Amino acid sequence: MNQSEWPLWEVFIRSKQGLDHKHVGSLHAADATMAVQNARDVYTRRLEGVSIWVVESKHIHASNPDDSEAFFDPAADKVYRHPTFYEVPDSIKHM
Amino acid sequence: METLEKVLTPEEQFQARIDADIRIEPKDWMPDAYRKTLIRQISQHAHSELVGMLPEGNWITRAPSLKRKSILLAKVQDEAGHGLYLYSAAETLGTTRDQMLADLHSGKAKYSSIFNYPTLSWADMGCVGWLVDGAAILNQVPLCRTSYGPYARAMVRVCKEESFHQRQGFEVMQTLCEGAPVQKEMAQEALNRWWWPTLMMFGPKDADSPNTAQSMNWRIKRFTNDELRQKFVDMMVPQAEFLGLTVPDEKVKWNEERQAYDFGEVNWDEFWAVVKGNGLCNHERLQARVDAHEEGAWVREAANAHAAKRAAREAVAA
Repeated sequence: MNQSEWPLWEVFIRSKQGLDHKHVGSLHAADATMAVQNARDVYTRRLEGVSIWVVESKHIHASNPDDSEAFFDPAADKVYRHPTFYEVPDSIKHM
Repeated sequence: METLEKVLTPEEQFQARIDADIRIEPKDWMPDAYRKTLIRQISQHAHSELVGMLPEGNWITRAPSLKRKSILLAKVQDEAGHGLYLYSAAETLGTTRDQMLADLHSGKAKYSSIFNYPTLSWADMGCVGWLVDGAAILNQVPLCRTSYGPYARAMVRVCKEESFHQRQGFEVMQTLCEGAPVQKEMAQEALNRWWWPTLMMFGPKDADSPNTAQSMNWRIKRFTNDELRQKFVDMMVPQAEFLGLTVPDEKVKWNEERQAYDFGEVNWDEFWAVVKGNGLCNHERLQARVDAHEEGAWVREAANAHAAKRAAREAVAA
């Protein structure tokens, strides 16, 4: 086997029941089982998690920072999508 | 505003983001020199964590109690973890783990010179935690706000774990200082040996550190070497006094006007000698690293073979 470096995996951890898995970093491992075990040792030595996801890094597809204006700016001028855009009379409660 | 941005060069746009304290992320455009500086600094930092396990690993089997042994094991495991966080951060800049390790093993890449000093007695474990990790924390806390996102995030994690390292070291020192006279003597001797090398950890004097200005401008570094060294002395002298120990520098004296301690000059000849490979343990440390890597090669290969076999079996089943 010529490939000496193990593949790279991205690690996601749920810190407690009820919360999302959150990206915490990456590590190398030969396969998914080892990636989960290594993630346990590297990222949860102090009870930081109750659940771990690992995804091989090559499977992550990301948006391109060069396109971020075209990609994200259209949301910038749509203030009416936020509740603060609307004026509610003071006497109206529970809204 | 928009037209103004369009006339800026990529370098100027980059610097404007840095100046606005906007973090740089892996896929963002960055100057080559920024990338290179970061790869060098982060990988050196990772190497230091890795080599830093060696002087302490030396004491795991000889820790004076089961409690101290458990603590030391946890600390050494943390250091392996810190190395891994940092290697991952460096990899986001386009280098590979294999390349970084090859550079460490060939001697091309540096690691912190402090680990080229021997750990002769149990009190040295106290000093490594109290002084060496204390110095590391001063260096590392500002790095939590460094301009490169993955490095800053790795450092947040490192700093959270590092304060236990310093406290356990102080506790080792305190226990020795409250013990028999011979134990206190051991603590003082360890302080005598570690004080000056620890001051060297902050790097050359500002006047002899040509890269500092650029690193500060890129907000990779937030304080200069001399600023951090002064902070360290100001923090540590009272702690040594609390322990009833004497810092081995006759020039240490409170300066009312500066509201800081004056202190003597580091032996820069020794500093450069150790950096260039002539410290007491340079050869031993590097050899231990290379041996561990070579002797572990079959494990890495076997894991790859096992993964390939299972993948093939799953492909047939599917």
